[in-house]
Amino acid sequence: MSEILKDLLYSDDHEWVKKLNDEEVLIGITDYAVKQLGSIVFVDLPEVGDQIEAQTEFGAVESVKAASDLLSPISGEVLEVNEDVIGEPEMVNEDAYGTWFIKVKLQDPKELDKLLSAKEYEDIL
Amino acid sequence: MEDTKRTCLYEKHVKLDAKMEDFAGFLMPIVYDSIKNEHNAVRNHVGMFDVSHMGEFLVKGKEATAFVDHVFCNEILSKKPSSVTYGMMLYESGTIVDDLLVYKMNNEEYFFVVNASNISKDYDWVVSQTEGFDVTVKNLSDDYSEIAIQGPKAEDKVKELLGIDLNSLEFFHFNYYEYEGNNLLISRTGYTGEDGFEIYASSEAILKLWDIFIEGGVAPCGLGARDTLRFEAALPLYGHEISDKITPLEAGLKFFTKIKSESNFIGKAALLKQQEKGLMRRVVGVELKKRAVPRAGYGVYAEGKQVGVVTTGYLSISLNKPIAMALIDRPYTKKGTEIEIKIRNKMIPGFVRDKKFLTKNYKK
Repeated sequence: MSEILKDLLYSDDHEWVKKLNDEEVLIGITDYAVKQLGSIVFVDLPEVGDQIEAQTEFGAVESVKAASDLLSPISGEVLEVNEDVIGEPEMVNEDAYGTWFIKVKLQDPKELDKLLSAKEYEDIL
Repeated sequence: MEDTKRTCLYEKHVKLDAKMEDFAGFLMPIVYDSIKNEHNAVRNHVGMFDVSHMGEFLVKGKEATAFVDHVFCNEILSKKPSSVTYGMMLYESGTIVDDLLVYKMNNEEYFFVVNASNISKDYDWVVSQTEGFDVTVKNLSDDYSEIAIQGPKAEDKVKELLGIDLNSLEFFHFNYYEYEGNNLLISRTGYTGEDGFEIYASSEAILKLWDIFIEGGVAPCGLGARDTLRFEAALPLYGHEISDKITPLEAGLKFFTKIKSESNFIGKAALLKQQEKGLMRRVVGVELKKRAVPRAGYGVYAEGKQVGVVTTGYLSISLNKPIAMALIDRPYTKKGTEIEIKIRNKMIPGFVRDKKFLTKNYKK
């Protein structure tokens, strides 16, 4: 069974979004996504300052066998990139919800309303 | 569509919770635990693969040796009984029907081990070439099951668990052994770059051996690890480094042809012609200067244009760096040539290198 945390928001592409305040969020991938991928060997992330757009690729996670695009759940500016996960991608396997990829300044906080609740995400799995 | 086949070990894989996928028409284990762990088990200790999907043909008859010399591009006339020879079957065009192992029982009997994906194509091809030879070809693929025991501890484990001493079995040789009334054909061969064995036997025997090796602590390994292992050893895979559109010369496998011999094997004329004209492209090694994963199918670029394609590539598990084999146009095949690989619309810089990614750990 995959773990789902109650206080996070989710996209149907299996990313989680954690609201830090009204303007800023952290983005990572869900436990379900990690289990599907297997051992993650490489994480390709944007640079600080890049603009990312909802439903558009902003990076990738790669297991030994396959590359999987990361589709952004929201639009905004990349404020921080988790350098630790780039250096040590297996962190994601160990703790999917504790390992954020990027911190983003929301372009439009209302976009968060389009994301799934934990309950809604559970229903699509 | 034919139904997806299952090897005799299917239930064992399911019980071990393997991720099963269709490979060459067979439902095969891709990974049990993690590709990385399985890969490392083989490099450092010992692992076991179900390779029962491979095809086996028996070529038999008074003119079997002359026939094999005709259809097989590598040397066979000088080989002794109990030898195993790696090589390819070629079309007249010099391109590759398949790569295979040829086991020489005696001058009138040979055992071909071919890729699962090519069994029916190979069988039809071999049979179609028999005209004029006193020889018969039997497809025994359904009669044989096969496991591979690979890794530096393979010999020890076989001795410990089966009581069979393989110390005197030479590299690329085979012999017959008995285990509790079952006949086993064991060769010192493999597809991992490590020492190890391939065991051919009936399904009943293979089922028994599988359990013994699992209970004895040999790690079950899936096709995922099989690919990362063979890749690091720069061993070609049909459909990637070799195919019906590429010749052994282009694939860098001239060593496995008898192009210099008197033999008039199928495809020889085309190879000689290609050699005389000079190659237009070649499979080479590539290494990236930046961490990324160069995967099969990605384009290789130089001087602003596409000059090739990755045939297999990984973030190598044993070497922990991004390396690939790629089919590249000349003159960009020269070692040290600066190239780029396009990964998700980004150009990642790298260079052409040799394919000796890993020192093979064979017992010769």
